[in-house]
Order: sequence, then structure tokens, then C-alpha cells
Amino acid sequence: MIHVLEKFSNAIGVSGNEDEIRALIEETIKDHVESVSVDFMGNLYAVKPTKAKNAPHVLLVAHMDEVGLMVTGTESNGLLRFSPVGGVDSRLLVSKRILLGKERVPGVIGAKPIHLQDRNEWKSPLPLSALYIDIGASDEKEASAKVPLGTFGTFQTVFESQRDVVLGKAFDDRAGCSLLAELLMTENDEEYPVHITAVFTVQEEVGLRGASILAERVRPDYCIAFEGTTAGDVPRGVSESPSTEMRKGPALSFMDRTAIGSDKLINHFSQTAKIKNIPYQYKKTVSGGTDIGVIHIKGGIPSMVLSVPVRYIHAPKGILAVEDYKNAIRLAKEALMNFKEVL
Amino acid sequence: MKTLIKKVVETFGPSGREDSIREIIKKEIEPFVDSLAIDTMGNLHAVKKGAGARVMVAAHMDEIGFVVTHIDKMGFLRISPVGGVAPVRCLYQRVLLDNGVKGVIGVEPVKNNNEIDFSKLYVDIGAKDEDEARAMAGEGHFGAFLNEMTELNDLITAKSLDDRIGCVVAIEAARRLKKSPNEIHFVFTVQEEVGLRGARAAAFRIEPELGIALDVTGTGDTPESAKMPMKLRNGVAIKIKDSSLLVPKKVKEFFTAVAERNKIRHQPEILTFGGTDAGAINLSKSGILAGCLSIPTRYIHSVSETASLSDIEETVKLLVKILECDVKKELALE
Amino acid sequence: MKTEDMLKALTEAPGISGSEEDVAHLLRNYFARLTDEAFIDKFNNVIGIKKGTSSAGKVMMAAHIDQIGFLVHTFEEGGFIRIAPIGGHDPRVLPGQSVIIYGKEIIRGVIGTTPPHLQKSGDTGKVTALEELYVDTGLKEEDVKTRLQIGDPVLFDNVCTRMAGDYYSAAAMDNRAGVLVLLETLRILKGLKHQWDVYMVGTVQEEVGTRGGALTAYEIKPDVGIAIDVTFGDFPGIPDRQTSKLGGGGAVAVGPNFHPKLTERMIALARDWEIPFQKEFNPRPGGTDAVSMQIAARGVPMVQVSIPLRYMHTTVETLDLQDIRRAGRLLALFAAHIDEIHGEVVG
Repeated sequence: MIHVLEKFSNAIGVSGNEDEIRALIEETIKDHVESVSVDFMGNLYAVKPTKAKNAPHVLLVAHMDEVGLMVTGTESNGLLRFSPVGGVDSRLLVSKRILLGKERVPGVIGAKPIHLQDRNEWKSPLPLSALYIDIGASDEKEASAKVPLGTFGTFQTVFESQRDVVLGKAFDDRAGCSLLAELLMTENDEEYPVHITAVFTVQEEVGLRGASILAERVRPDYCIAFEGTTAGDVPRGVSESPSTEMRKGPALSFMDRTAIGSDKLINHFSQTAKIKNIPYQYKKTVSGGTDIGVIHIKGGIPSMVLSVPVRYIHAPKGILAVEDYKNAIRLAKEALMNFKEVL
Repeated sequence: MKTLIKKVVETFGPSGREDSIREIIKKEIEPFVDSLAIDTMGNLHAVKKGAGARVMVAAHMDEIGFVVTHIDKMGFLRISPVGGVAPVRCLYQRVLLDNGVKGVIGVEPVKNNNEIDFSKLYVDIGAKDEDEARAMAGEGHFGAFLNEMTELNDLITAKSLDDRIGCVVAIEAARRLKKSPNEIHFVFTVQEEVGLRGARAAAFRIEPELGIALDVTGTGDTPESAKMPMKLRNGVAIKIKDSSLLVPKKVKEFFTAVAERNKIRHQPEILTFGGTDAGAINLSKSGILAGCLSIPTRYIHSVSETASLSDIEETVKLLVKILECDVKKELALE
Repeated sequence: MKTEDMLKALTEAPGISGSEEDVAHLLRNYFARLTDEAFIDKFNNVIGIKKGTSSAGKVMMAAHIDQIGFLVHTFEEGGFIRIAPIGGHDPRVLPGQSVIIYGKEIIRGVIGTTPPHLQKSGDTGKVTALEELYVDTGLKEEDVKTRLQIGDPVLFDNVCTRMAGDYYSAAAMDNRAGVLVLLETLRILKGLKHQWDVYMVGTVQEEVGTRGGALTAYEIKPDVGIAIDVTFGDFPGIPDRQTSKLGGGGAVAVGPNFHPKLTERMIALARDWEIPFQKEFNPRPGGTDAVSMQIAARGVPMVQVSIPLRYMHTTVETLDLQDIRRAGRLLALFAAHIDEIHGEVVG
């Protein structure tokens, strides 16, 4: 199960340029679903119907895009200017290796050496205006030939496995994508009692854009999003909530900035978890937004989010516990297999 | 050991004026060594003969203090620090000058406590005017803080545990040491607090094959303290690093192995600031393998340095066991 | 072995100040192929001696083999690790960095940060001090404590990456680039005759106080010393006068730390043989092994050549490999002529 997560995590797909990850996902699931299609924005649709009578239509979403960078300018000395794509903490950009474009041209984001700084410079983070991507080009011509304006970049991070955790980039939301892919890859004798339309969306990180056109295209009865969300169970102030915690199971969100989760759906999941003895937790903050934000308001579709806790979600390398990932798949599968109880 | 500690810590001896404390240490260690000598810098060398490796055990006799730089028009003595003295820790403390005159440290009023530096401090020796002050104690006199040792539960608190406690450990170890194959130089060094100077000179002369410094180290066991692993009562601290020295792995491993096989309570030490005589020994000539056994101490460089008697005992035990080893063999020296 | 392969092997070999064993062994093996005698001393300094035809004098070339990093300092509840710095770090480059801890096992982790969603509005303007940072391995507390102990070295995860042209980027270019210059010099010296014995020294603990340089210079007592290090490469926001151009050749240092006439002669050699070079001006001694070598024992006349390097003390230090080759050529020629030069200007 981890090798799907590994492949998805290593693939490139910054918001607006999801081709590579979409092709990988399509390849992974196409033999397990009835049909696969792509819309003009790049959302990937997979339909898995059921033979059950009067079955509800459930829309399952996970977003394919990751946060990253886009090259926006070239300097005469061959250095590149860039802008972050999605919520990248700009304090994390300095001293990192980047891969640019389809060809994965290596670049680095460096900084003025400490020896040449005065003490006050250390006190504030480097502003974006002081950062450049260096690909080793000696002038503007060489730079734009190798990396034209508009090229996207991701962190050069390779997935690693270590005891009961894995480390890698873009678990937000490749963990959600691989979870959804696993749900679609049922055995021959298994069948969900619901019609499933699974959509791997684009551009979630820049404003839930891909998901915004789904409600009218799919018109489901229910919607469930699978996400990788913040695990903040790290050293912090006494009164600060960790949001979610590693090794406490998949997380149910009762509310975030874009939606209040359907309590009926959430109860179904928590009940399923209790009956099937699957650990779960609630997300203990109400920050952030997901694709269900723009889906549920179109006519009021009951929706909820199920997340895998991930530490350092918008950083070059995140960490998740394998048990949380596996329990998330288990819980989602059981909840869907027993779905008729929610009607 | 408590009586010895009390005598040693309460004696006057800032860097550069270590005569009194050296005399006391000389009398205490004399019965346990084969020869005694004082070098041109003032270090006290107490040597126990042996055919094996030459080991230098260093503990510094000097304490932090101050020197009188001038006398102001009102008869107050103006001072500069000798060693790492924080101005805020001097306020209203009692002091003793090298000629026996006592005083208290006062401070000019300031709007903001951050403005307190040495230029605002002065020593009040009770002189009526500048002339009387000059007669009682002129420029160039060295001074140190005055405080008595006392016990807090199972801890002791006193001025200059740094590094009189190291001196006591050396004396005690010399007393308890029965047989050793090594040639041991117990060196009670001067002027550590102003730049590890005594140790530098001593190591240059002695050229030991192993250096062992005995000093205090900080702890991470008080409210909001810097996050350090050392804690009182967790045993002798075996140094891994401080700002003057990265202890060579085989030295640290040797000390740790001796502690383990003798069931001596010990803890690892990383100090992100501060240095010891071991740093000076390490960088002598072509380099000398050196390490440090440290006594965890709270409130270092204050008049109330506080340590655990059990940690001090473990330090003595470990030093004795190390000195009883065949150091040449243990460290695979040619 | 190719220069670029040695660069990769050298930058990726672990060796923070005080824990240089692995890189020392690698270098000793390289020296063994290129010198007459190669050994490691008790502090892990690596020495390779190439005998000259007359052995009438000794020239010592030193490059430090240690890199900056951290030590495991304390463990916290939850298995998080506080770190103590080894060498100088800009705290701003640390959050989000991938690190490797060399304990009983090799464990990977990241330097942790507050996620954007949980930050308060004032946070984006704040830099987290080093003491407040921690390493997260993701492992449970008991798994961390059985595999790691206080004092274990923590290094940046390092991949030597080839960029455009002959540019390469990696952590620890400071000063594995300098070490590579020693090897380039030896390769060229193989084909040249030289009178004096050449001592190639990979020094330890430069980043914490140029310690290895002091000890080895004291031991060897060379007649001439050459320090090889890295220097600040050109970058926007730094005035040109403080930097050297990548691709401009090695930077020869001018200043009180360096023997003026020996330095002049090195520059003359570079001009005569048309080897690209630059000058850098150091008004005060400090910052490389030259500072302690110059005053070791009875003193050593010094020269220094440095490789221009962008982003020093980050994980993405970047240089032009050609500069390393140019410096190697210059130093080999200098070593071949040093007996003559020394006689004329030092006497």
C-alpha cells in the first residue's frame, strides 16, 4: 500500500501543472473503474457504478496539486525570480534544492552568507525580494533557454520510509490521492453499495478552483474529501491546540473556514470506526479550507473531510505515520461499504 | 570532604592573586604526592611519579573578581571585571580586597536596568573621602566576592565552586589513589578565568599524553533554563563539547567505560558556551588528547553557586578509577 | 577517478567538526594513491607527504575537512530532539531542512516548524532562534532513545547536484572544495619535478576555531604554508568588492595574514602561465586556517587561495568546478617553483 503513496508523493504537479501526477493516477486506477475522463481544467474523473438498487451517488475528491513555485523573471546575471504557488511559508524557501519544469532542471535557492551579514539581519526572515533560484546559468540568455518564464518548480525531495513512518513531499494531498486510489482498487468480489464518482481535482491550493466546477457537473448526493492535514503535535505553547496528532488515527473535521461538515455523515464515520475498532480523532482546529467548501454550497450537498495527519504539510518534507494512513483507508472503505445506514 | 570544601571555597583568590589559595592547597595535597613545585606563572604542580603515561589533571585555583582601576572624587573605588563577571550579579554584594579591606558594591541609579555596566558600579569601603580611600586601598588592588558556604538540603551553595570544587576533587583523588601506573601531574592552575592562561603555560612545559580538566558545568534543571541535559544529582558529567573543546571520541569513551564498569553515576555534557583548561591543553603544541570531568552546578559565576555533594563524590570516584587505569593501554598510545 | 566524482564523494561524506572520521578515511585513501606516505593523526587530521627531489624544504598545503552541523543535545517528550550547533549557522536557513542523525542507526528527520495554518499573524515576521528549533524524526519517543544518544552528530541531508555549465551545488562545499583542490594539485604534481617535500594536510575543526591547522602546522613546521578554502561568491545584495566571481578562478588573498612577496610571486606565476585568478583583500587576519598557521611555533609565511562559493553555510553552496581545476594548476606550479621563490623573497 505504501508504494502507491511513494509514487504519488515523488511525482510532480504544482497547481496549474498537474499533467505528470494525473497521468500516474490514471495509469494506477484505470483497470479498476468503469471509465476515466479529464475536463478542460485538468480534473480527472473516474466512475465506479454499483449494481445495488436506489443507490446514492457519492462524490469522492482528493486534490492532485501541490504547493510550489513559478519562475516569473530572469536577471541579467542568470539568476531567476520566482513566486510561490499556494501557501508556501516563504521562510522555508531559503537553502533548498528545487526541480524546475518537466525536465527537472536542478536549481537552488541560496542566501547571503552569515559572515557578511550584520547581527540585525538575522532578526528578520529573508523577504521574497531577497531570494533567487540559481540554476548555474551565467546570463539571462542561458537562463531563459533552460528555464523559460512560467516554469513551475517543486522541492527536490525523495520519499523515504523509516520504521513506522514515511517522509516525503506533498502528502497534502498525495496521501488523499493514494487513499482514494486504494479505495477504487477493490477486489473482484467487492462492490460498494453506492455509485462512486471519484475526482482527482486540480488547483485546490490556489483557491479550490478545480472543485468549483464539480457540483454542477457531477450532481452527487454526498461528498467526501480526503486530505492530508496538519499534525501539530510538536513542541508548542501550553494552550495551543495540535490540530491533529500522529498515531491517533484518521481525523474527522467538524468545521473549517469553508464548510461545516455534515454531522450525519461524520457520525456515520465515527460509529463505523467504533464498531470496526479503528482509531480516529477529530481535527481540533477550525482553520484551513478544502474542496468541499465550494462543492457543498451548490444546493447544500452533505459533505465531510477525512484526513491523514501529516507533520509539516507545506514544507519540503513532511512526516506521516503508516498506521494513520492504513487506518484512514480502512475507515473510508468500511464507511462506504456500510453506507446505506446514512440515508 | 565538607570541611575541606568550606575552607577552600571561602579563601580569597581572584585571577592573578592566587597566593593564599595556593598555600592552602599545597598543604592539603603535600602528603599524597612525591614532589611539589610552583612554576613562573604561579601554577602549583603536585607530581606523583610513575613509569606509564604522563597524565595532567588540571583544576583552576582562581575565581572571578575585579580590579580597582581608579578612585573617584567621592572616595568610591571604580572597578573592572577580572574574568566573566556580569554587572547585575555584583549588585550590593560584599567583597574582599587583596589587602584584607572589605567593601560592598553599589550602583549609580539608572532609568533602565539594561544600562547597568561596570562604569556604573563602585566599591564602597566606608572611606570618608578620596584621600582616606586611597590610603585604605589604591588602584591596582584585586578583589573577590565574599560569601560563606552553606547547605541546602543535600546541596551545597557557596561562591567559587568554580573551580575550587575541582581543586577539592583533585586533592581527594590524590588522597584516595592507591596505585597508579601513570605519571600524574596534579596541576592547580592560575588565571583560567581570564583565558585559560595557567593551563596553557603548564601544558607547554609538561607535554602530557592525556589531559583531564576538572571544572563545573551548567545545568538544565531550573525554571526556563537553557535546554541542557545536565542535572544535579545525576552524577559526574562527562564532557562531549564546550566552546573551547570537542573532546576526542576515544577520550570520552574511555571515561564513560570506566564509569560504567565501576557503576559510577554519570551523565553526558554538552555546554554551548564557556570553556575550560582542557581546551588550552588540547591546543598545546601539536595537540594533546584532553577531556573533562564536570560537576553540574547551578548559578555559575554568582555568589551562590550550587552543587550536589553526591555528584562531587561521583567525580572523585571516577577520577580515581581513571587514574588507576593503564592510560597508555586504554588509549592505545605509542 | 574523475574530479566530479571525487567532489560528490567528498561533499557527501559525513564529517562535522570533532567527528571527521569518515571523511578522513576517504581522504587518506585518495592521498594514498597520489603521495608517498599517507596517514591520519590522533585528531583525524589527514596528512599526505609527496617527497621532493632534494627535500631541502617543506611546503604545507592545508584544507579543512570538517563541515558545520549539530549535535543531539537533549530529548523532549514526544521524541523531539534539541540540537547544539557546531560551527556558525544562520537560523533562518534551518526550518524545514532535512537532516540525518548518525546514532546507533542512521535516522532521518526534519527541522520542525509551525505550519502556516497554525501561525498567528505576527509570526511571519519572526525568526526562530536556534535554541527553539527541534528535529522531528517522526519516531516514537522510545524508538528515538534506543537509537540515538546525546552527542550524536546531526548533518544536513546532502546531495551533490550538477547544475548548468560546470556549476555544482551541495552542502559542505565549504571546504570539501578546498580538499578537492589538494587532490587536483597532487594529480598535476605527479607530472612535475619539485625539490621540496609537499605536505598535503586535511585539517580538522576549522569551523570551531582553526584548531587542526594550528596543531598540524606546529607538528610539521613547514617553511611555507598555503591555506586553501572557499570565499564569498558573487550574489545580488553583496557589494562586488566583497565577493569573487564564480568562473573567475581561485582568489589569491592579500593582507597582513599573508606574506606579501610570496603572494606577489604566486600572482606573477598565474599571469605568466595564463591561469585565471582573482584577488581578495583581507584587512584583518581571520576566518581560515591561515590565521593559526601563520603563528604556529616559530611562525610560517603564508599564502592563501580560495574557491569562490555562493551561499556559504547553507545546504546549497554553489561553485564552478573549473575554478577548482584552475587553482590546482596554479598551486602545482607554485609547489614546483617554491624552492626558487622562497630563496628569492623569504631567504
